[in-house]
Amino acid sequence: MNIQKQHHWVAFHTLLTKETRRFLRIWPQTLLPPAITMTLYFVIFGNLIGSRIGQMSGFDYMEYIAPGIIMMAVINNSYANVASSLYSAKFQNHIEEMLIAPIPNYLILAGYVGGGVARGLLVGLIVTIVSLFFTTLPIQHLLITITMIVLSAVMFALGGFINALYAKSFDEIAIIPTFILTPLTYLGGIFYSIDLLPEFWQQASLFNPILYMVNAFRYGMLGVSDIPINIAFIIILSCITGLTGFSLYLLSKGTGIRH
Amino acid sequence: MKALSIQHLTKVYNNSLKALDGINLDVEQGDFFALLGPNGAGKSTTIGIITSLITKTAGDIKIFGVDLSIHPEQAKSYLGLVPQEFNFNGFEQVKDILVTQAGYYGIPSHKAKPRADELLHQLGLWDKRFTPSRALSGGMKRRLMIARALVHSPKLLILDEPTAGVDIELRRSMWAFLENINAQGTTIILTTHYLEEAENLCRNIAIIDQGHIVENTDMKSLLNRLDKEVFVLDLKSPLTKPINLCDINITQIDNTTLEVELKKDQLLNTLFESLSLQGVEVSSMKNKANRLEELFLALVEKTQANS
Repeated sequence: MNIQKQHHWVAFHTLLTKETRRFLRIWPQTLLPPAITMTLYFVIFGNLIGSRIGQMSGFDYMEYIAPGIIMMAVINNSYANVASSLYSAKFQNHIEEMLIAPIPNYLILAGYVGGGVARGLLVGLIVTIVSLFFTTLPIQHLLITITMIVLSAVMFALGGFINALYAKSFDEIAIIPTFILTPLTYLGGIFYSIDLLPEFWQQASLFNPILYMVNAFRYGMLGVSDIPINIAFIIILSCITGLTGFSLYLLSKGTGIRH
Repeated sequence: MKALSIQHLTKVYNNSLKALDGINLDVEQGDFFALLGPNGAGKSTTIGIITSLITKTAGDIKIFGVDLSIHPEQAKSYLGLVPQEFNFNGFEQVKDILVTQAGYYGIPSHKAKPRADELLHQLGLWDKRFTPSRALSGGMKRRLMIARALVHSPKLLILDEPTAGVDIELRRSMWAFLENINAQGTTIILTTHYLEEAENLCRNIAIIDQGHIVENTDMKSLLNRLDKEVFVLDLKSPLTKPINLCDINITQIDNTTLEVELKKDQLLNTLFESLSLQGVEVSSMKNKANRLEELFLALVEKTQANS
């Protein structure tokens, strides 16, 4: 490994360690709330209401919604981690520590996205453990399950990064999750199969990228999906490519971080 | 070898404010260089562009001969910055801040930790190494910013008003520290509003105003341009009669204090001889105003009058 690559690796490792240390240090804000919230989902939607719904796509309702709830936790946390961490760094100006250093833009992006993915996956693991108190989770396709959860975390970490670059206040960090991410998540087939929707809304749902993630992840675990898996991968990889390119473009222009 | 070379640097902000208007500036390796100017003159914009925190509109910057636009990573590796405002993550511990900063420069933690320890000892922060930075006093935060800027042993250190709001004792200890690292070979660029600081520390100077370099010379030549100096003399005993010194303007402030204006060609020896002949004994003497301050004000006022 040449010296420049070694320096890059150390810089990336430093940024990733810093990001990981940050969310572990404030675990009551980052790791505990999703565990509690998702427990409530399982109790209310899965246990109390789900017992009256019966089966969906051949599975108990609790078992059917578990992959979607895990995916929702991963999406929300990978997005929130990068958005809040990067915006805080801008707000407190300590982003300057990084901007004056010889770190290429793609490593800055990789470090933040890596931190978001780490939190998303850790929260996903916690919620998975919580779900095992309520239901069983047979994993039909391990590779698809893991790949889809990682790709989803990457995609939303990139979204959080772009949000933080544009944000000029903490309110602007909350707007996207509240008014876009949450509705898309709830309408993304976590709690139902789109087969239950009228034709128009079935077609409309196909424009929601979260639908593909939830269904592909559910396919990995349960072996059932409302959409073809290869289409899901193509859409998610396209989104990741587009968001990565856009993030690097914003970094090269200095949007939101350089005057 | 030039530590820093700036050519035709221009910055126009989005609100159409032209902060820099094609400035040229060279700083030699090993220099202790003062970049002075009134508020809003363009000092911080210049430093911001050199350190990549602000994007330039036009112009070229070379750091130790390396073009910042073409080889940004190499050029940035030579630089250390002590910014004007505190910019730590307040929740991070002091030592972690240094080790993390070193990591951004590609220094692995097993090498960064001993270097951080060395700087924490040198700057009197060793006892605070596990303290979150938000819990430090103002003076300690200033010293931590210097330690952070030095953790990767930069060849060019830029200090943007490093002693603002710092008490005199700490200011003097920081001067001694900076003189020491400059003597060891680190080139230093200093901006400050304390002109006494610039006069004491710096060998060369540039004065910037309204986005233009209005003066760029060595400190001695600049100070030699003063055509007169005003001294305040404290007398050993009260005056009993008026003082008369031919060719020297003298003002009696009170019974034991005189203000004397000496032209460039007039000697202090002549003044003291004349005072002795009239039975006046001087116990102490000081400049009425800092010499650099007088020149600085004259240059800035001239630029503003011309604009």
